[in-house]
Amino acid sequence: MPEGRVEVKKTYKLFIAGAFPRSESGRSYVVAAHDGAFLANVAWASRKDVRDAVAAARAAQPGWAAATAYNRGQVLYRVAELLEDRRDQFVTAVRDAEGGTARAAQRQVDQAIDRWVWYAGWTDKVAQVAGAANPVAGPYFNFSVPEPTGVLGVVAPHGASLLGLVSVVAPAIAVANTVVVVADEHRPLPAVTLTEVLATSDVPGGVVNLLTGPAAELVPVLAAHRDVDGLDLAGAETELAGLAEAAGATNIKRVARRVGDDHDWSRDPGTSRLLRFVETKTVWHPIGI
Amino acid sequence: MAERPLPGTAGAAAVFEYSPAPESRAVARLQSSYGLFVDGAFRDSIDGDVLKTISPSSEEVLAEVTLAGPRDVDAAVAAARTAFEGPWGTMPGAQRAKYLFRIARLIQERARELAVVETLDNGKPIRESRDVDVPLAAAHFFYYAGWADKLEHAGFGPRPRPLGVAGQVIPWNFPLLMAAWKLAPALAAGNTCVLKPAETTPLSALVLADILQQAELPAGAVNIVTGDGTTGAALVAHDGVDKVAFTGSTEVGRRIQESVAGTHKHLTLELGGKAANIVFADAALDQAVEGIVNGIFFNQGHVCCAGSRLLIEESVAPTVVAMLKRRLSTLRLGDPMDKNTDIGAINSPEQLARIVTLADAGVDEGAERWSPPCTLPEKGWWFPPTVFTDVAPSHRIAREEIFGPVLSVLTFRTPDEAVEKANNTTYGLSAGVWTEKGSRILAMAERLRAGVVWANTFNRFDPTSPFGGFKESGFGREGGRHGLGAYLDA
Amino acid sequence: MQTVEASGVATTATAPRYAEAATFDAPSLVSSESRLARFLAGLPGVDQVGCEQRAAALATRSIKTASKLRAIDLAISMIDLTTLEGADTDGKVRQLCAKAAHPEPADAAVPSVAAVCVYPDLVATARAALRSSTVAVASVATAFPSGRASLAVKLADVHDAVAAGADEVDMVIDRGGFLQGRIGKVAEEIVAVKAACGDAHLKVILETGELATYDNVRRAAWLSMLAGADFVKTSTGKVAPAATVPVALVLLEAVRDFSDVTGRVVGVKVAGGIRTTKDAIRYLVAVNETAGDDWLTPARFRLGASSLLNDLLQQRRKQLTGGYAGRDDVSVE
Repeated sequence: MPEGRVEVKKTYKLFIAGAFPRSESGRSYVVAAHDGAFLANVAWASRKDVRDAVAAARAAQPGWAAATAYNRGQVLYRVAELLEDRRDQFVTAVRDAEGGTARAAQRQVDQAIDRWVWYAGWTDKVAQVAGAANPVAGPYFNFSVPEPTGVLGVVAPHGASLLGLVSVVAPAIAVANTVVVVADEHRPLPAVTLTEVLATSDVPGGVVNLLTGPAAELVPVLAAHRDVDGLDLAGAETELAGLAEAAGATNIKRVARRVGDDHDWSRDPGTSRLLRFVETKTVWHPIGI
Repeated sequence: MAERPLPGTAGAAAVFEYSPAPESRAVARLQSSYGLFVDGAFRDSIDGDVLKTISPSSEEVLAEVTLAGPRDVDAAVAAARTAFEGPWGTMPGAQRAKYLFRIARLIQERARELAVVETLDNGKPIRESRDVDVPLAAAHFFYYAGWADKLEHAGFGPRPRPLGVAGQVIPWNFPLLMAAWKLAPALAAGNTCVLKPAETTPLSALVLADILQQAELPAGAVNIVTGDGTTGAALVAHDGVDKVAFTGSTEVGRRIQESVAGTHKHLTLELGGKAANIVFADAALDQAVEGIVNGIFFNQGHVCCAGSRLLIEESVAPTVVAMLKRRLSTLRLGDPMDKNTDIGAINSPEQLARIVTLADAGVDEGAERWSPPCTLPEKGWWFPPTVFTDVAPSHRIAREEIFGPVLSVLTFRTPDEAVEKANNTTYGLSAGVWTEKGSRILAMAERLRAGVVWANTFNRFDPTSPFGGFKESGFGREGGRHGLGAYLDA
Repeated sequence: MQTVEASGVATTATAPRYAEAATFDAPSLVSSESRLARFLAGLPGVDQVGCEQRAAALATRSIKTASKLRAIDLAISMIDLTTLEGADTDGKVRQLCAKAAHPEPADAAVPSVAAVCVYPDLVATARAALRSSTVAVASVATAFPSGRASLAVKLADVHDAVAAGADEVDMVIDRGGFLQGRIGKVAEEIVAVKAACGDAHLKVILETGELATYDNVRRAAWLSMLAGADFVKTSTGKVAPAATVPVALVLLEAVRDFSDVTGRVVGVKVAGGIRTTKDAIRYLVAVNETAGDDWLTPARFRLGASSLLNDLLQQRRKQLTGGYAGRDDVSVE
């Protein structure tokens, strides 16, 4: 850093509907580095921010689902391209948040980039793997296709601050869901920086929305929100996860339960998260002349 | 309404009246009382009570069954656990398959008995139990039997594992068929089961228990505990259960989801519906009318996927309504055991009361109520086929699941409006589309938020075809490869 | 929403889809091929699977005891007892007429059949044989069964039959013309034949087996009714498939709807392959639950058949005596 140069610091804001508002409440909280040093004041999202984010996700969902699978694949791949471009920035962000070696941070960022590529390739294949032509005993053509669940509330995992987040968000949006993510309360900066990439990528505004703040305050609001169709509780603490799952029953939310904090996000993700938030639609039509 | 009788409706009986054609009930061989089917045998209850099951069409007591208590549920779950860790859980898939094939065959062999028992206990027409419920139940076991030794080829990863003990709670509208939907995939995947039949319709499951004995199914692989809501709640809440599968109302499903929250239990729910059946002006109208009738009056409308909201394109609404009314005038309501009966009895006085309440609300809110002339029998619980026109989307009869033979007719002007109205419900189980235009069918099917879309048909079911809801109609699928996945740890 | 009731005036089941109905002018429709084509194209389609499923569902009706006996007698009274063979002779026709008038001479309760159906050159024989009975004489005509002849030849055929005393004429439509889209020509022929029939009733055979789709059957039925048919009839009996319950359903829907729109009542005749009592009862159930009891009369519904009559007589005896009849208990013509 040149001597005498005063660094320009970034304000970390929420990401809602493709824009970066401060919290409607005006509140913020301090995020510290792994060693306790001050990193930033981060927006402390409120109930109303949750409401706005859900409305944004709902508004964006039909358009995102109407995009062709090919198009969604290209959009996801573009995210990987942009991340690759800003690889060093994310390595720094991850290392600031988590500590550890530069090598470990680099490995995590590389895997996060590769994960976007993995899911970019899935968008136009998932229906072929999860769909079916069903040989019913009668003169009908019958087929099943996976469709997005809709709007998801996602509690970002505690583990790998970037890779964990990408591992839950990318599959959800690959199958045309839209998400409201509650970032890891204590290590939110890589997530916020990711939204800055998303904002400049081709991901339409509202497809991914990110809230920072205390999970215990935000997750119950999401869980009880009747316009949220599913909950991914990956990063929720045990008690909070149970409460959220029960609250989700208000509108029969689909729930992915919490994963352990020791979950190894570098493992081959397979298809389970891709198929976690899809609805199977089966269509019948007579075969006649 | 002072409607001129259409040609062909007035005094039809005078020319060609169908004489009664009752099915013999002797084949049912009902016992006066039944125990619980636990660990491969019928047993007396440990801490239960007695429940009378009543014929909805005659109000006669058919038999006494057990209302299983918590310790009965404990015993059933324990037997299922032992079987899971023992004979059933360790059995090669090819062997499991053969047991399931046996069950399918035994259901076919005892089809007539099962149909009669079902009709007596449920009140549905014998024509339906004979032609739909029982054959489909057999088909379901036959289909899933074939999966038992092919799990690693099913697309759920290289070594899919069963979940363990499944607690399964089923409704009264298709008692045997729902038992088959639950048991067949669970067993094929290697799970063991504790099945709780509905309070008002336990008998066919008890005949099925006898069939399982004839099939020499290993003890404890399937346990059947009859009872009421408390029995179901005890089963669902039991720590020894690894998987809960429920079919029933959204209200109960919500409570189950709450009770399972935060546990290790897997859950699938198949809940209520308020399906839109959309008729475009260019539809094959005679077949559309058949589809409307089948959609809402099949099984007295006691069908979660019933086409209870008829959406007609305005330009043909008067035509379709008139055709529908004429067709309804040929429906035959009465003794469910008569082979010519189309509309049977309402399953319980509680259900009848709910239907009456909602139908009255329809009148109060200003909709126009119509039923064909028909005589309701003195004994039993009955409700005539009913059509409401002038229904507004805000009316209770347009929003709440009635689960009875009551159709609400609304209109639309454009395809967009049809989609918007069809999707404007908290449910999302099924939908129907009637049009002769192929591209419109596909566009509508894509936009309707429902787990099953019937295009130019309605209420068709098949073991190979996944069934289940979007939104508050539940999650998870039954039927097909997808139905298998609901019982595997993938 | 508009309901079917408007100031007490009943609206019939068919309305906007048969839009021309309001100012219905059959002759003007028939006189313009383009108008007729538009009208026929505007008829609702028929979904094959749904139609066949409805027919199958009707076939599950269980007709027993008193209703079966009633159905058997009704079926007998609706038969067009038919012989249409190259080997037909005066003798064969006279024997058939005897059977037609008194199917069961020992039992006066057994009704006569509706008609005897023969080729035009045997009409005079049948007429003479049936002089003292209520049984009508029907004649096929118009170069039956193919209809491949000039209009002049067809009309001559009709004149022959009517002159010889035919009460009813069973003509065939020009299926080639229909499939080719020359529906104006098809209609003109029917109009001409109808005129040639004079007082004789005209049954128009669609030969549904050659029309191939239910959509075509529905359109051909409407075309025939618009052109003046008194009956629409499924088949000649010389082409497979002949009558089927789904085809009968489509025809019954057509005559029902046509009656709603025009007020004119057209009958339906099913013919070909109807051999058993069970077959006949299935058709009666279809009539009962589609067009309704207004059509449950020989004036509006006919079964074209030959061996069916004996099966009905045998089943009738079984209903009365409780025991199955033997094959020689009924006469063979």
